Amino acid sequence: MKYEVNRLGFYGKYGGAFIPELLHFNIEELEEKYKEIIAEKSFQKEFQALLKDYVGRPSPLYYAKRLSEKYNTKIYLKREDLNHTGAHKVNNTIGQILLAKRLGKTRIIAETGAGQHGVATATVCALMNLKCIVYMGEIDIKRQAPNVARMKMLGAEVRPAKSGSKTLKDATNEAIRDWINNPEDTYYLIGSVVGPHPYPDMVALFQSVISKEIMDQMMDKEGRTYPDRIIACIGGGSNAAGAYYHYLDDNRVELVSVEAAGLGLKSGESAATSVLGSDGVIHGSMTLLMQDKDGQIIEPYSISAGLDYPGIGPLHAHLIETGRSIVLSATDKEALSAGLLLTRLEGIIPALESAHALAALDKIDFKPNEITVVNLSGRGDKDLETYIRELKITE
Amino acid sequence: MGKQRINNIFKSGDNDILSIYVTTGYPELESMPVLVEELAELGVGFIEVGMPYSDPLADGQTIQYSSSIALKNGIDLDKYFAQVHQVRSKVDIPLIFMGYFNQVLRLGVENFLQKCLNSGIDGLILPDLPPEIYKENYKAIFDKYDLSLSFLITPTTSDKRIKLFDELSSGFIYVISGSATTGKTNNFTNSQLEYFKRINRLKLNNPKVIGFGVSNREKYLIANKYSDGAIIGSAYIKALKNSKDYIKTTRQFVDKILKS
Ligand SMILES: Cc1ncc(COP(=O)(O)O)c(C=O)c1O
Repeated sequence: MKYEVNRLGFYGKYGGAFIPELLHFNIEELEEKYKEIIAEKSFQKEFQALLKDYVGRPSPLYYAKRLSEKYNTKIYLKREDLNHTGAHKVNNTIGQILLAKRLGKTRIIAETGAGQHGVATATVCALMNLKCIVYMGEIDIKRQAPNVARMKMLGAEVRPAKSGSKTLKDATNEAIRDWINNPEDTYYLIGSVVGPHPYPDMVALFQSVISKEIMDQMMDKEGRTYPDRIIACIGGGSNAAGAYYHYLDDNRVELVSVEAAGLGLKSGESAATSVLGSDGVIHGSMTLLMQDKDGQIIEPYSISAGLDYPGIGPLHAHLIETGRSIVLSATDKEALSAGLLLTRLEGIIPALESAHALAALDKIDFKPNEITVVNLSGRGDKDLETYIRELKITE
Repeated sequence: MGKQRINNIFKSGDNDILSIYVTTGYPELESMPVLVEELAELGVGFIEVGMPYSDPLADGQTIQYSSSIALKNGIDLDKYFAQVHQVRSKVDIPLIFMGYFNQVLRLGVENFLQKCLNSGIDGLILPDLPPEIYKENYKAIFDKYDLSLSFLITPTTSDKRIKLFDELSSGFIYVISGSATTGKTNNFTNSQLEYFKRINRLKLNNPKVIGFGVSNREKYLIANKYSDGAIIGSAYIKALKNSKDYIKTTRQFVDKILKS
């Protein structure tokens, strides 16, 4: 594959493991073992069984008839919103928890922004009877109270990240520091295709079940294995990486990544990393990131807490640089109305993150017979309050 | 003077070297040059001049806190280099840039190193620049500049890797005392002492300086017994945090470490 990581964990010039030596031991252990463990028969057997019976996979590939009519084309939705816990995140946490167990780790740490990855981690820790500590920015804890409660009910400890801007990037810093201070018993269960090598590669691998299923389902429904286009939102980029994975080398498939433009690309309140970012290192990885003239990391903004990250996974930086993926953006407003549109046309309330992917439909010139798959990464239950407030639903 | 200035202090035969970490911009925007001058006068061997970073992964709460205050105070790289330049005209003590690799990358490695030289920095410590990536992508550039680069080793670093760090380092090698971020203050354990001994048996080319968690005179003396110097960071920053007169606090702090 053209888009695989090299020996030092780079996709082209992006990626690598820019970590303090204090983390080398942990990362090396993971790096040496992850491929081997994941390839083991017993691992695959357990992983596949849990995806099927616990997560509810395969997730349907749903032909959205009324949405297709509106855009005069063929649109399928890959229904990751129907997974247990309500998003694609759980594909990855199941994979990593099985890995952590095989590495003999007893204490799981994770970072979370909106709380989706935190919930998905707390869920698999309950399932596997492992101690779970989730770092979450102090500000996000206040913004995402229902998910904090869910994590606690699942038995996790939620630790507020009080440093820096007190949001996702700082929660990630805190998780990394925790890992530095507890190298032996602790496994860091990262939530997207970000962080030092081998995380981006590993998380993409666990999420690749999405594109694997799309291939089979396309064959079933359309008599060919590929769509003409896949659209996915990117925060860190894990749902997109999963939806693209088996098509990366297949240039018949256009890959469209949608970033959060917040209040607008030029507003200063945005999370559109590929437009506003430049090359730099964040959380151990060389990638595109939002930074000032001195390399200080800039806090992004989006109405969707899951897209509110100042970097993107190194795979995506590479796909963008090589022109393999194209990037569109959607503002808060555009995402909210796309979310409402899907709700009214198809009876599906999407997560605000996924609503960004849907908003991109307005920005594409479709041909009638073209097939587009939108990766519906999550459901909108967690965002109801925001939808209701912003769209003035109850008035 | 660059590397030579650092090499000289280790050659002088004085083997109880104290190094102090200072956060530029903390406690006040302009305090670093004043503190450095005072520290030089008090007999400190060399100084790690910290450039605050928004996301300091290897640092514990104390240094994170000082960095965030310094950034709020308005410190940036232009002011950092201007302050270094200002104090360099007054002191001859080695000054080491301590920051994170993204700060170097952002300015462009060559540009950054040139600015270090122009302002009077003698060497760098970049805790998140790993040796493999350095060797493959950046060493050739660093080699063109007369600046030392000190890599950090930890108790979990294998002997083979320590040799690699020794080969890539110049000025000195930074021995992190334990497996933890900065600022942990417990006494050295037996396994830490064993680790210091193990490193001594390797007979490295570079002088060794122990840092992270050195917080008082006792630990300073033990660290020096096993190495060529000791670095104090968090304990000093903490003292400044609780101080109204930071010159007086600095004097008291250093005296307590250096004088029995
Ligand atoms: C539903 C949903 N979609 C997308 C994302 C963004 O993450 P990623 O870009 O890694 O898929 C999140 C993150 O919380 C999410 O909850």
